[in-house]
Amino acid sequence: MTAPADRPDDWPNVRLHVVTGKGGTGKSTVAAALALALATAGRNVLLCEVEGRQGIARMFDVDPLPYEERRIAKGAPEADGRSGRVHALHIDAESALLEYLAMYYRLGRAGKALDRFGVVDFATTIAPGVRDVLLTGKVYEAVQRPRGGRSTDGPGGTTTYDAVVLDAPPTGRISQFLGVNSELAGLARVGPVKTQADKVMDLLRSPRTAVHLVTILEEMPVQETSDGIAELRAAGLPVGGVVVNLVRPRALGAGALARVRDGGLDPSAITSDLQRARVDVDAELVASLVAEAREHAVRRRLEDEQRDLVAAEGVPTYELPRLASGIDHGALVELAQLLRRQGMA
Amino acid sequence: MRTARPDGPAPVLDVDALLDDRTTEIIVCCGSGGVGKTTTSAALALRAAERGRSVVVLTIDPARRLAQSMGIEQLDNTPRPVPGVRPGAGGSLDAMMLDMKRTFDEVVEGQASPEKARQILENPFYVALSSSFAGTQEYMAMEKLGQLYRRARQDDTYDLIVVDTPPSRSALDFLDAPERLSSFLDGRFIRLLLAPARGPARLMTAGFSVVTGALTKVLGAQVLRDMQTFVAAFDTLFGGFRQRAEQTFALLQARGTAFVVVAAPEPDALREAAYFVDRLTDDDMPLAGLVVNRASPSARTALSAEEAIAAADRLRSSDPSSVTAGLLQLHADRVRLVEREQHLCGRFAASHPRVPTAVVPAMAGDVHDLDGLRAIGESLARQA
Repeated sequence: MTAPADRPDDWPNVRLHVVTGKGGTGKSTVAAALALALATAGRNVLLCEVEGRQGIARMFDVDPLPYEERRIAKGAPEADGRSGRVHALHIDAESALLEYLAMYYRLGRAGKALDRFGVVDFATTIAPGVRDVLLTGKVYEAVQRPRGGRSTDGPGGTTTYDAVVLDAPPTGRISQFLGVNSELAGLARVGPVKTQADKVMDLLRSPRTAVHLVTILEEMPVQETSDGIAELRAAGLPVGGVVVNLVRPRALGAGALARVRDGGLDPSAITSDLQRARVDVDAELVASLVAEAREHAVRRRLEDEQRDLVAAEGVPTYELPRLASGIDHGALVELAQLLRRQGMA
Repeated sequence: MRTARPDGPAPVLDVDALLDDRTTEIIVCCGSGGVGKTTTSAALALRAAERGRSVVVLTIDPARRLAQSMGIEQLDNTPRPVPGVRPGAGGSLDAMMLDMKRTFDEVVEGQASPEKARQILENPFYVALSSSFAGTQEYMAMEKLGQLYRRARQDDTYDLIVVDTPPSRSALDFLDAPERLSSFLDGRFIRLLLAPARGPARLMTAGFSVVTGALTKVLGAQVLRDMQTFVAAFDTLFGGFRQRAEQTFALLQARGTAFVVVAAPEPDALREAAYFVDRLTDDDMPLAGLVVNRASPSARTALSAEEAIAAADRLRSSDPSSVTAGLLQLHADRVRLVEREQHLCGRFAASHPRVPTAVVPAMAGDVHDLDGLRAIGESLARQA
């Protein structure tokens, strides 16, 4: 999995990286680390969140983000110390709707009337699906936007962002979230909404999009990842890689683990090692360390079973360690470097 | 239930007292996704049943193997007896999995004439609304809870209902569902859509034509027509819907309801739990306490992380592949993890000092049978 420095990454043509995962697997962390990893020298990356949680602001320790793109960090530094830029955008449905109406329809007075009649409120909180249409629509706009302009017409030429990373809804909802525009296109058989919905679906189903799934090595998340991959494929959405997150430390090799499990460790050897390392040792300490290692070994074996299942999916996989200290900006940079080294970016 | 642990920061959640209290009629488990809500709901329900209650548990999206072992792999909206429950104490356990579309269809069929019901069920907007769009699950979970409760009252079938809540974007969505529905029904927009069906003149103000004009421009005339047909057909049901939504909200506030907030010892899950606790308190919802799942097992010896790392480094300088160094490193990692989790839980307790809490250590593997659920139930109850 280690790549030489000049090896292109696994997703050279992807402009929109969608990151999903079951709750509790750390998908927001992975999305942020991926954005940092993609921001190599001279590149601009946009990291978007759509679930109203302000997770980006917390991870990068900045003020809550408005509905406005902000530069929040430098990319993870390359070998020569240079890096690109990461911008962030917190997308909320209300602002997206008002912007959308102003941009596409130049509604002016009518836009205000819509608000007064409660249409904005209706559309963004109650009308099913509209919320997701607005959120994906804004992401589409950011991906397509040409450098220096806000028009959405046409690929070709340079765009504002070299890559967009979307911290997306969880695996259980991802196909529905990304597919919402095709539902809408089905409801609205003609008209501007259909045209717009079709364009968004074209991007989401194209090779310029990759949907990455974050999992941890436990049964339910791995099962959900596998179901998610099948659902995405059935919906014609491009499956990216699987990021295995929160992997336990590899302090013991396979041989040592087997000995730990079989009770084959020699307490007297451990005792003398500990004495040599100037630890105040007694039989209880040795027994405790061995017992902790055995619990660890049991879990490692469960992890290995799940790892085999992930590998059987046949998509590129990347692994990130569980950091006992938690996640801050420094930790994100560390994870970004690991993703780069494995070829994800 | 509020006995304070002498040395601990938070009072302890006495699960058995909650389950044994016959005035507890509904337990709602809520929290963000991936914290083990479904497992906690099932474990509480099983424990209550084996302590003599007649229980039904409503799950939303259980893991396949857990669903199988509870005999509910069919999604048919009907509570079924769970095989293997110990009947010694005279209790019983039924389980069901929510089928949101069918629940919605049943409400429509129960409220409208057959002719009107058919019209609604065939409308493309209804099909989209009831089957695939976000938000509907929350409405329907609460609707089903209301149905189960009324039926249990009527037929004297269950004396305790345990509800799992949908894995919402925000754990609060389902609480807002009834109110949102009400505000939707009262909204001007609905009246606007209904206007053409009810006779043109009254609302034909300047504002109205501007709005319809804008909507036609954005959505196209055909979508607007479909929406109007849908809303007009639905119109007669609105009163019933609102009434049910209000009843359910009142039910959630009632004395016999107990909310159990579920979290994991992670910043996001605990933050969501804190929001939830605050929201429940503000809305006068009866909060029983917090369950922190998946806590890392505590260290077995007092050796500090720093000492362990220093010793591991010393051993590795002479033997890079030292197994003892590996043991020390694992110990250090475990100590750090536990310290971090305790710090996070301590912070929650400091800002919510009156919330009774139960901490459940992580199981080695996933839970997919009644024995596993029993073990979690024991662990939940062992706190007191």
